Amino acid sequence: MTLTAPAPAAAENRRRAPRPVQRMRDSYRRYWYAYAMVAPVVLVLGLLVGYPLARGFYLTLTDANSLNSARTIGVNTIDATYKFIGLDNYAEILWGPSAYDRFWSHFVWTIVWTATCVVLHYVIGLVLAMLLNQRMRGRVAYRLLLILPWAVPTFVTVFAWRIMLADAGVINSMLGSIGLMEPSWLEDPTWQRTAAIMVNTWCGVPFMMISLLGGLQSIDENLYEAAEIDGASAWQRFRHVTLPGLSSVSSTVVLLGVIWTFNQFAIIFLLFGNTAPDAQILVTWAYRLGFGQQPRDFAMSAAYGVLLLAILIVFTSFYYRWLKRNDQLA
Amino acid sequence: MTSSPSTLAPRTKQRRRGELGPVAKVASHVTLTVASLIALFPIVWLVYLSLGPDKDDYLHPGGILAKATLVNYSFVLTNTAFFDWLWSTLVVAGGTTLFGVMSAATTGYAVSRMRFPGHRPLMWVLLLTQAFPIAVLIVPMYEIFSQLRLVDSHLGLILVNCTTIVPYCSWLLKGYFDTIPIELDEAGMIDGLTPFGTFWRLILPLARPGLAVAAFYAFITAFAEVAFASTFLLDDSKYTFAVGLQSFISEHDAQWNLMAATAVLIAIPVTAFFYLVQRHVVTGLTAGSVKG
Repeated sequence: MTLTAPAPAAAENRRRAPRPVQRMRDSYRRYWYAYAMVAPVVLVLGLLVGYPLARGFYLTLTDANSLNSARTIGVNTIDATYKFIGLDNYAEILWGPSAYDRFWSHFVWTIVWTATCVVLHYVIGLVLAMLLNQRMRGRVAYRLLLILPWAVPTFVTVFAWRIMLADAGVINSMLGSIGLMEPSWLEDPTWQRTAAIMVNTWCGVPFMMISLLGGLQSIDENLYEAAEIDGASAWQRFRHVTLPGLSSVSSTVVLLGVIWTFNQFAIIFLLFGNTAPDAQILVTWAYRLGFGQQPRDFAMSAAYGVLLLAILIVFTSFYYRWLKRNDQLA
Repeated sequence: MTSSPSTLAPRTKQRRRGELGPVAKVASHVTLTVASLIALFPIVWLVYLSLGPDKDDYLHPGGILAKATLVNYSFVLTNTAFFDWLWSTLVVAGGTTLFGVMSAATTGYAVSRMRFPGHRPLMWVLLLTQAFPIAVLIVPMYEIFSQLRLVDSHLGLILVNCTTIVPYCSWLLKGYFDTIPIELDEAGMIDGLTPFGTFWRLILPLARPGLAVAAFYAFITAFAEVAFASTFLLDDSKYTFAVGLQSFISEHDAQWNLMAATAVLIAIPVTAFFYLVQRHVVTGLTAGSVKG
């Protein structure tokens, strides 16, 4: 565990922290250890994230695909023949002739998908958490049942949903038996999207519910009493005691929820396989360009990746700033 | 946890609307029951369908009851690569956990305790990589790995999984270390321990629950990883469960019955494990990120 990685902290230290001498020695010692301790992660991230990222960015400036990349067929190694084409890929994605069909429609759907899912997660999660936070019989049992979707691996449950949503599956039989329409969940674009949101909501609510329940339980009960004595209505207590009391948990779970939903790959990928171009969000669409079609368009896929990363960097830095302003970050 | 509704609340704590009105109580129970049924149903349905011997039984589930059998299970266990997949999954998830948690622990400690130059950028990078969409890395990784001959290898997959798990676990563990009083470190220093010694002998043992959560998170995440595993594993016998399960459903032949049985076999131990540790996971996940 204790990896030795000599870190040249002293020079940096002297340059950046002009402090009294006795503190200098102390901080030099501490920095040395700090660098040694973060070295493994910095190395991992540098090699496994930094380098591929740079490499990926270079690929976006080329016309690399599976036909012109370096590859091995039997014993023969064929060298890469793709060439540098500058920013053409980005131009084509953002305002080329098929920009709407390929990028913008998926972009809009990704935003709608993320917003809808996170709102549903949060609202349903909060309602269930508040119900579970009451003194009532059987709430432990309810809690255990309600976190089941979280306990079972997503790739298992998505297949369960696929069977249930099939044309003659159990959901349509139930809908049919009470005289409602039986949508083709896995074929019609609108219903595909509905199905995706449904399944993702089902998978994501337990995490929100449990996190918010933890938040609710940490709110001081005296606050409710005081509010009640002051004559606050149930709604006012919710608005002025519950919601502020949850704010730190909420900000975290909403951030995680947005990131996870925006990047949610497994649900859409497994639910539709290669069949639903309209229900693909940007992440799955990028994957499909790179690996789900022939020839594989590596350059385009990487360019989508870079665009996604740009969106997330903007989002995360805003959020980070917002957290810092609220003094929730050390 | 549940007090009998008719007795008067003995403690002041229960004064706050301790008793629900009868309407509210019924409404709560109804809502929670419906929600529980929705949560439960897909799993129960999967278990039920796994008992039908024919691959089209899911289309007429009424018939399954009469001919329910465990034949799918025995077929999966004896005639498919189930145990190969199990081994692959354990290797990948175990390797990721070991490597990820170990490197994340020292980093979490360093960013929790030491304000070194570069501290802030590192925290920012950790937060950001957590948000990395797989699409950013998957193409270059594929290219690099094929040059290094790491495609179709478990090591490759472990390395890829670490890109998401290490940053998250670092944050999570930082949150946990923040809850351990810094006086302990100071006491250790005074007693002549180096920062490594303090970390290793004082803090790490205290952080065991946090480490357990990080390990659980890493294991589960690597266990269920779909995108990279689907792309980087080519050989049927090297599949993890997340890929193996897909292989029952191809365009030509969908063996839903076998798929359901395999899914149940996978889900049972994971779910049991999850229930054992869920309380800690919940605290760990939110503590780690709330305290930031």
